[in-house]
Amino acid sequence: MSLPMMKEESKSRSVEAKREGPKLTVKDFKGRVDPDWCPGCGDFGLLAALKQALVELELQPHEVLTVSGIGCSSNLPGYVNAYGMHTLHGRAVAVATGAQLANHKLKVIVTGGDGDGYGIGGNHFLHTMRRNVDLTYLVMDNQIYGLTTGQISPTSIKGMKTKSTPFGSVENPINPIPLAIAAGATYVARGFTGQVKQLVELIKGGIRHRGFSLIDVFSPCVTYNNDNSHEFFKARVKKLEEMGHDPTNFHAAIDKAYLWGDAIPIGLFWKRTDLPSLDELEPVLAEGGPLAHRPLGVSPEAAKALIQVLM
Amino acid sequence: MARALLTGNSAAAWAARLAEVDYVPAFPITPQTEIVETLARWIHTGEIQARMVTMDSEHSMLAAAGAAAATGARVFTATSSQGLVYGFEMLYVLAGLRAPLVLVNVSRALSHPITLEPDHNDVLAARDTGFLQFHAESCQEVLDSILMAYRLAEHERVLLPAIVNLDGFYLSFTREAVEIPEPADVKSFLPGFEPAYPHLSGPAPLALGAAVLDPALYTFFKYQMHHATENALALYPEIAAEFAGRFGRRYGMIEEFMLDDADYVIVMTNSFASMGKAEVKRLRREGKKIGLARLRLIRPFPHREIQRVLRGRKGAAVIDQNISVGKGGILFSEIASALYGLPDRPPALLSFIGGLGGRRFRPEEFDGILARLEAPPESPEEIARPYLLFSDEECRDVGRYFSVASGEEKSHEA
Ligand SMILES: Cc1ncc(C[n+]2csc(CCOP(=O)(O)OP(=O)(O)O)c2C)c(N)n1
Ligand code: SF4
Repeated sequence: MSLPMMKEESKSRSVEAKREGPKLTVKDFKGRVDPDWCPGCGDFGLLAALKQALVELELQPHEVLTVSGIGCSSNLPGYVNAYGMHTLHGRAVAVATGAQLANHKLKVIVTGGDGDGYGIGGNHFLHTMRRNVDLTYLVMDNQIYGLTTGQISPTSIKGMKTKSTPFGSVENPINPIPLAIAAGATYVARGFTGQVKQLVELIKGGIRHRGFSLIDVFSPCVTYNNDNSHEFFKARVKKLEEMGHDPTNFHAAIDKAYLWGDAIPIGLFWKRTDLPSLDELEPVLAEGGPLAHRPLGVSPEAAKALIQVLM
Repeated sequence: MARALLTGNSAAAWAARLAEVDYVPAFPITPQTEIVETLARWIHTGEIQARMVTMDSEHSMLAAAGAAAATGARVFTATSSQGLVYGFEMLYVLAGLRAPLVLVNVSRALSHPITLEPDHNDVLAARDTGFLQFHAESCQEVLDSILMAYRLAEHERVLLPAIVNLDGFYLSFTREAVEIPEPADVKSFLPGFEPAYPHLSGPAPLALGAAVLDPALYTFFKYQMHHATENALALYPEIAAEFAGRFGRRYGMIEEFMLDDADYVIVMTNSFASMGKAEVKRLRREGKKIGLARLRLIRPFPHREIQRVLRGRKGAAVIDQNISVGKGGILFSEIASALYGLPDRPPALLSFIGGLGGRRFRPEEFDGILARLEAPPESPEEIARPYLLFSDEECRDVGRYFSVASGEEKSHEA
């Protein structure tokens, strides 16, 4: 027997956000507290790029949720006028998955550090990409643990001397770009806070993209990482656009992702649009709009019918 | 013997150095990080022979620590707060593996809301795991407790891991004069770890951590751990006496401060007990018969000692720097259970919650506590209710924060 469904208007899903309210400016996205980052920290560049991208996408604050873990970079949600959650070290993408599936109309943007995402949160990172959850993940990659004042991180280069490795790190770093491509992320890019214009475009592309977008952003820590400084990257980064890279070419993407040294590519490595995001695979979400906007609970008729079945 | 001005964190690192630990898996977290960074530096300069691995989380850090201890290595590690609770699953495992290592916890209140300041919900969450727990008040005590913790933990009749707790900021970053014992003296108090039972580097291969899937076997192993803590209680006085004989510092399971003729007793733990002691001294000068009992050994719980120290008093007030939400103070409940049925227990046993998220005590609060002890509430419901130490001024401050959060006021204008 069939149970009477709760009445629901079926809304068609549009990728672009609904336009409502006045056109906003960067000022409208400024949070109520000012960043407590060190002067010169790369994270300022990412914050500026993110707000610019939100303006250019004509999003309203209530359409955006920023979620972070713990770290200097993870303080970001407090600096943006939008919904925000500052969670636990390593848990941001798991939290964001919950929010995205409960309200798939929200633009869920995850922000955090390399330690947060690739270290203690590495497991969530991998599986969220595999599921192609529709999130935009901005990793402020400074190759160090900033908030805990300068220890080796999963992206610290081999040999790096930090307070936890005065002998020089003996470990191989993670390269998040090929990792993400192999794990199933469908939009994989690398940015640099010294190239804000390109970063804005990468973030916009990531937010527009339906599926998991990783944007690994070189965001130098001016206080605890003297190796990978702003100057270090400025002298080396090379835009993929200018290298004639085709982001739909899997092998080329992997090859470019491994380039490191005098020329370090930044830009969009990999993008595919043929895979549905996780929320698109849930028929129940397609039926009646975001779960968060549906009446929760069971209607009296449905409950009665269910009891009938059980009796 | 050298005397030096050390932070609580460097005192902990010194203890690990003197204990000649073999292996230190590490993961940073404020306010603990200085401990592992100090050890990293000494490894680099060759001052200690230990190996260190920087892990990717506390869960893996504790996993590595337990396995290393099971090979017969002497293992040291440290964490705090979120790190401790993130690794929580491993705490039960390590105790169940009977891996006798020392884990220093630098107390910090738990999220959410996020803070860095100390309270004891982190370490007390671990009270049922099977770890022994020592809580320190001073930097010296941090160093000494770690040495004693190894002795007790590695004893063949105990074989359980131990946590030594110190408060974040108040001890971790505060320098005090600390006596650093001579390595040779430490060596005779704490010789190298020689496991008495088979382990992963023994002559005959064995498997650890087997599934039992049998209620009787499970009960047997679990209760054995409880027996081991009873052994630890019985062994503690011997070890403390030997420590005192060798180093001149005597540590009871409970520190008794101005208790001799005290009618009223305040019970506290950790570094905030220093604030309590200062107020007890002041009240003594004012002619009040009050004293302070500081719990040092939390696991095994010194049931008998609690009875000895509190029986015959007119009243006792437990100040819990933690809150078991839905119940109240954790140590209050434990102390109440230790006193249950004792004919001469204090007629008034009061519960106060204070120091959450590092909140400092105010001198006048101790006057209030004493007044409440002298004239306790009459209704049985009222007497057992936790009483929160919080002031009008703080209420007003909270109101101000709310106006910042709602956008009425800017934070940096303060
Ligand atoms: C479970 C847990 N372990 C450890 C910490 C301590 N901790 C806070 S931030 C951080 C790493 C910060 O590095 P990263 O994530 O790269 O961010 P950054 O500060 O560099 O922006 C660590 C280890 C914590 N908060 N929670
Ligand atoms: S410590 Fe480094 S990452 Fe943190 S705010 Fe300062 S510069 Fe930025």
